[in-house]
Amino acid sequence: MIDRGYYGTFGGAFVPEILTVTFDELEAEFRKLKKDPGFWQEYSDLMASYSCRPTPLTYAENLTHYFQGAKIYIKREDLNHTGAHKANNVMGQGLLVKRMGKTRVIAETGAGQHGVATATMAAKFGFDCTIYMGEVDVKRQRPNVFWMEQMGATVVPVTDGTRILKDAINEAFRDWVSHMDTTHYVLGTACGPHPFPEMVSYFQSIIGKEARKQILETESRLPTRVYACVGGGSNAMGIFSGFPDDGVECVGVEAAGHGLSSGKHASRLCADDASVGVAQGYKTYFLQDSDGQMKETHSIAAGLDYVGVSPILSQMHDQGKARFEAATDVEVIEALKLTMVKEGIIPALESAHAFAQAFKEAPTLSKDDIIIINQSGRGDKDIFTIADAIGDPSWKQFIMEKAGEYHA
Amino acid sequence: MLENYIKERLKSKEILLMTHIVMGYPSFDDSMAMVEQMVEAGVDLMELQIPFSEPMADGPVILGANQKALDRGARVERCFEFAQEAAARFDIPFLFMTYYNILFKYGVENFAARMAAIGLKGAIVPDLPPEEGKDYIAAMEKEGLCPIHIFSPTTTDQRMAYLSSQTQGFVYCMARKGVTGKETQFASDLGEYLARCRKMTELPLAVGFGVKDRSDVEFLKGKADIAVVGSQTIRVVDEEGIMAAGQFVKNLA
Ligand SMILES: Cc1ncc(COP(=O)(O)O)c(C=O)c1O
Repeated sequence: MIDRGYYGTFGGAFVPEILTVTFDELEAEFRKLKKDPGFWQEYSDLMASYSCRPTPLTYAENLTHYFQGAKIYIKREDLNHTGAHKANNVMGQGLLVKRMGKTRVIAETGAGQHGVATATMAAKFGFDCTIYMGEVDVKRQRPNVFWMEQMGATVVPVTDGTRILKDAINEAFRDWVSHMDTTHYVLGTACGPHPFPEMVSYFQSIIGKEARKQILETESRLPTRVYACVGGGSNAMGIFSGFPDDGVECVGVEAAGHGLSSGKHASRLCADDASVGVAQGYKTYFLQDSDGQMKETHSIAAGLDYVGVSPILSQMHDQGKARFEAATDVEVIEALKLTMVKEGIIPALESAHAFAQAFKEAPTLSKDDIIIINQSGRGDKDIFTIADAIGDPSWKQFIMEKAGEYHA
Repeated sequence: MLENYIKERLKSKEILLMTHIVMGYPSFDDSMAMVEQMVEAGVDLMELQIPFSEPMADGPVILGANQKALDRGARVERCFEFAQEAAARFDIPFLFMTYYNILFKYGVENFAARMAAIGLKGAIVPDLPPEEGKDYIAAMEKEGLCPIHIFSPTTTDQRMAYLSSQTQGFVYCMARKGVTGKETQFASDLGEYLARCRKMTELPLAVGFGVKDRSDVEFLKGKADIAVVGSQTIRVVDEEGIMAAGQFVKNLA
């Protein structure tokens, strides 16, 4: 490997020997693609015709009036095909897989959005597809499992470890070390061994490129702050990369779950119980104990329920280049409800973390300030979880009746 | 020196045997009983795995053992104590096998110093390629310990030479792609690959991944110096109990 992908002391490529050649090849192909002057056009054309890009930047007029502070804009990654920013990364890697001549793709998924996007890409490009998903997430994101299977993917529920995203990643690696000749592992976020953090961020940078252009066109100036939720960090990297300017503050929002001191959260950059470690092929902040064993994490949002975080964001954190905050499950549901009634927009539970933090800060800013919230995905997939959190009686009634029909 | 020990033993044996256990699985007492039986049955070296929550290179059997050991409270400190006792009681070389985060959190230099102090001989860390492990290799060298690196069937000749230059004691050759514990074809491909390994290093060769019975060990004679049996020992113990470990080892050679 020419470059091991360090961001300060974070990152690297802690890969088993059997994958060395595979990673060398991946890195070389990615370098070629990045240098290819026609590639970005090919990629954005594909995203335009298949995934509604450029996604709009929506002025949230009602929320702006409600908070009486900063002018609020929402970058609408929910309007991608399959309903989340995950499509950006997946289609980019799909083009790479075609160039590499591989015929099968595998992926991990938490929320199921990355899995659905990968299954879609595989169907479109004619690849075989296997998706690894923690058993806990299979249950809480059932609609996405259904769609993956309809599109021809095999969904494998992972029953090891904590049975969520990190365990699905381990299982995908175990598949990959056996089948790397034919198979590419489409990692879903800006984590893992080099070159994944760089590569995923590169494809996701389409979000930031568009958002910058859009805000300059409508407002002729840059925003004061940009908000994104942080699971592995890919949507955050995507939008942050469009605003490297000194005057724009990037705010990453992690999952505080039941609270940062509850032990039940997924905050690696804001919580005291995280420390630097090496797992899943890279060095970053992990939620781990003093022996280096990974801890169980919790978030209402499956896509944020992860022990590690992008090494690029860890470096931004340590250098003060971005600010990191955390929103609790309860705050997230409140933000989600408010966004639905005020704007008629349904953010994914993951994205609602960014909304929750932006809502805390918007009233403290002036009317001259602009903020952009990255809505990484739409909330339809979360209908079961949201209905439970809201406690909607008529939905419950409907589910019971439906179950009754199956019994009959 | 580990390399000398291996070469010395090979004068009286066609192939040596290295077994692998996960410390704390099914319990620390059982682990010690397994070591005792296997040493009595004639194993030449043993790998003691410090369980890790994310054992990426391990298949279902060893993965399950890692998890259960951790669920039952296996801490790194307890593993050091266990290894110290094993090394004091039994006169064969013991190695640690674990993942890099365990060393990293302990502090690589302290980890190596502790290993040396309790009489361990080396370590296998499958997620630490030498390019990422400069501190580790230096610390092991300073303590007179062997950092053991891995060859795989996809490793190029040039890289084998490099890995060999970063290794002491012996080289661990993965018999095939994939994770531990799956089926391996002991056939001519493997023979050719091992001949290539032999050409690229002067160090003794250990072969692991899928070695499970006498015929596999028989196949490796003349092609490698050490047969490594991992998952199968755990399988046997799961099915037949701790006391089956000794007989299982006897049947291998
Ligand atoms: C809608 C949505 N947003 C955010 C995330 C978190 O991932 P990342 O931090 O890589 O953007 C996910 C992951 O599944 C997701 O589905």
